[in-house]
Amino acid sequence: MQPALLDRWSRQASILHRRDPRAKIAAALVFLVVVATAQPALLPVSAGLFLFLCAGLVVARLPLGGALLRAGIVLPFTLTFAAICWMAGDPWRGVSLILKSYLSALAVLLMVSTTPLPGLLRGFERIGAPRFLLMVSQFLYRYLFVITEQAQHMSKAAACRGGMRFRAAAGALAVLFARSYSQAEDIHRAMLSRGFEGRFHGPEDTRFRAADALFAAAACCAPLLLRLVIERVAA
Amino acid sequence: MKAVLEVRNLHFRYADGTPALNGIDFTLAEGETVALLGANGSGKTTFLMHLNGLLTGEGSIQVCGMAMEKPNLRAIRAKIGMVFQDSESQLFMPTVLDDVMFGPLNQGRSAAEAAKRGRAALETVGMAHAAGRAPYHLSAGEKKRVAIAGILAMDPEILVLDEPTTFLDPPGQRALADLLVRLPQAKILVTHDARFAQALSHRAVFFQSGKIVAEGSVEELARRFAWDLEMEGAR
Repeated sequence: MQPALLDRWSRQASILHRRDPRAKIAAALVFLVVVATAQPALLPVSAGLFLFLCAGLVVARLPLGGALLRAGIVLPFTLTFAAICWMAGDPWRGVSLILKSYLSALAVLLMVSTTPLPGLLRGFERIGAPRFLLMVSQFLYRYLFVITEQAQHMSKAAACRGGMRFRAAAGALAVLFARSYSQAEDIHRAMLSRGFEGRFHGPEDTRFRAADALFAAAACCAPLLLRLVIERVAA
Repeated sequence: MKAVLEVRNLHFRYADGTPALNGIDFTLAEGETVALLGANGSGKTTFLMHLNGLLTGEGSIQVCGMAMEKPNLRAIRAKIGMVFQDSESQLFMPTVLDDVMFGPLNQGRSAAEAAKRGRAALETVGMAHAAGRAPYHLSAGEKKRVAIAGILAMDPEILVLDEPTTFLDPPGQRALADLLVRLPQAKILVTHDARFAQALSHRAVFFQSGKIVAEGSVEELARRFAWDLEMEGAR
């Protein structure tokens, strides 16, 4: 997954982008619960929820194909577990795992693609997520690019000198770790220099408007109703 | 002219016993710019780390009339703005404006006031257009400017710049020099670039083995220590 691409997507303008992060977080959480607990008529329910998310992607004016493809990032992991289930004689559980993980990833992708990271973290903070966890997430996101770039430079430097074999790669990883540690110290010093005393002070929150409340109510109820209707029809 | 910084007989040893500073005496007057020249490992950066209490040695340091003591640290860090060598370590927030607001928010200012100061500081360094951008999208010169804006937003009386021209191309160095000349604060400039120091500084001091061994104009010290002629000599 390319974080820079997600960052670009999240800063576009659409009716979904304009909604308060808290409304989108609530909708995504409800969707995840609806998906995770779906049992009867799983295939038609999954198809319905998939179309619901596709509609969300269209409303958010995100590239449908690109988003569907990127949500597949979870598949290598779930396919492994699905294969284990299949070998254990429970193929249906494997199928369920693949469907649920893909739909969950797509829902989360829709949320992060319509909410810039600072707003998303602020939204999580407002609904009571642990501040320390959010701080770590923020730093991870910020410095992922820097560390990735350093790793790419090291890889190029190794390629110029005949390529990176296992031993060299292990050494490079150790150097990368040491550099990251040293950079963490530098960052801490820079934070102290600007008066940091252990607590992040966020900018004021945007108002949670009636439109956000309406959106949250609709986006929370829709997947639930969709599932109930499909389950009833299938029964 | 009034002294804004007075350092007397400063000594420091690292935890492993390595002596780093051996009796530094240094004074900085209001509005003055002083260049700190000297080889790598001569103690310049260690000295800077003492100026806002990131390191603590023996001796006395007075910043704007305040002794370097724990109860004064918050006020001292508001008076001394440190611009670190690697801007990547200094820009840790998700967006440029968030980063510039970090210091004012830590000073206890309201989010609206911090945003106002942040935007004004970005305007001063010519980066107002980048307020909503992520720091990793900026060039090295732009990152340096934003790092300086992050300090200016705190309204310091002294700017401390550690190797500010690192990673900057010649146009970037010229633009930075033009910016720094316009800023009214007293400045301490650590640099290996004697020409850059000459363009900005009223005087210079030369560090050697943790001591200030000479003081005078940049031209005088550069000539005496063959500081900018070494490469030409090697040719």
